[in-house]
Amino acid sequence: MADSQAMKKALWGPILDNNPIGLQVLGICSALAVTGSMQKALIMTIAVTLVCAFSNLFISMIRNQIPNAVRIIVQMAVIASLVILVDQVLKAFAYEMSKELSVYVGLIITNCIVMGRAEAYAMKEPPLMSFIDGIGNGIGYGAMLMAVAFIRELLSKGSLFDVEILPLIQNGGWYQGNGLLVLPFSSFFVIGLIIWAIRQYKPEQVEKD
Amino acid sequence: MSNKDSFGRTLIFVLVVCLVCSVIVAGAAVGLKPLQTANKLLDKQTKILEASGMLEKAGKDITGTYEKYVEAKLLDLNTGEFVEGDVIAYDQRLAALSAETSIKPVNDIAKINRRANQTVVYLVKDDAGKTDTVILEMRGSGLWSMMYAFVGLSTDLNTVKSVIYYDQGETPGLGGEIENPNWKALWEGKKLFNSNGDIAIKVVKGGAKPGDVHGVDGLSGATLTANGVEDTFTFWLGEEGYGPFIAKYRNGGL
Repeated sequence: MADSQAMKKALWGPILDNNPIGLQVLGICSALAVTGSMQKALIMTIAVTLVCAFSNLFISMIRNQIPNAVRIIVQMAVIASLVILVDQVLKAFAYEMSKELSVYVGLIITNCIVMGRAEAYAMKEPPLMSFIDGIGNGIGYGAMLMAVAFIRELLSKGSLFDVEILPLIQNGGWYQGNGLLVLPFSSFFVIGLIIWAIRQYKPEQVEKD
Repeated sequence: MSNKDSFGRTLIFVLVVCLVCSVIVAGAAVGLKPLQTANKLLDKQTKILEASGMLEKAGKDITGTYEKYVEAKLLDLNTGEFVEGDVIAYDQRLAALSAETSIKPVNDIAKINRRANQTVVYLVKDDAGKTDTVILEMRGSGLWSMMYAFVGLSTDLNTVKSVIYYDQGETPGLGGEIENPNWKALWEGKKLFNSNGDIAIKVVKGGAKPGDVHGVDGLSGATLTANGVEDTFTFWLGEEGYGPFIAKYRNGGL
């Protein structure tokens, strides 16, 4: 059942063919919040990927035992526990980052991607495939996040991963940072443009009227 | 209705899930606590060393340098006198929550709501063991958030050495520029008080005049944050802030 072809599809498919943000339009909220800098986006990607993969794994393992009436709550309990784990680990091993991300890590709980994959995939599929699906969707989410963060950080702060690329006027350079892109909602424009670009390249993703 | 959906089965399942999850979460929280506390302390020590201008000298050995040069003392803000107490355990933010250990300032221009009666003052020594920099904690409301800072002063308690904002939630790129090293560098050498001993430090919109020892350039696009910074200084240097302490020690004695 879990042949390598299907695994590959579950792992790499979410980047372009089935991007959680681009096609499923899930997880927009956090994509707005953490894309101000590449580094934040990367840490968030890793955190979401881990949570998504392991929540899929655990939920898939107990999927035949979960009573139908409480399945969403059980999913929430598993996801919430994993998120708290990630938060605690960040505080212990990457304190600077955890200070930056603070509330957003907690918000992984409400990240629609994690719940969406748990409900749509892990409730039906065996553990290994679910795990891979979780990683795949994490990568897809991350790819979108990094693309948005690349544009936002470069044009607003003139840097990438905090390394200066375009010297800002306030630091004695020539580049006037774009104030709009500093603000989270500017991601709407960037994400919109990226979705448009993906659908130009893959017209089958365009919804029929 | 299949067996797994029966009432009893559902109840047991939920209980087991809750139990397992809570054990994992509690285990992580307790197990990682020492590391997290150490991180917090290290972060604070780093900021204090930054405020004292010794961060580069310290290099990687933050804790060692901190313990060698920095002496933390508990200060009673009402009397301006140092008091005995456990400086590591004392938490000003916590103390500000209780009516017994804090007051509500009459003239709360920095909008801090409550001010703890005691605070920790950091005395930074030179190699000879003589106090060389005094670091005061200040906080005040900006546009969106409470802004926390360490302010390094010379022993005359008038000349600014550094202003390090270490916790704030102002607009990135605008008010958030109070963490920009170029702006922080503007503070060095400024005088807080004029020759009459009145509070004179100002954040000047449009830029301070050259040679103005009491004026710091404002931040373009962040007038409200800059006003908050000025109000923070005005409050903490005043009678309900470090006023009594400064009056006692401005002519030496530290």
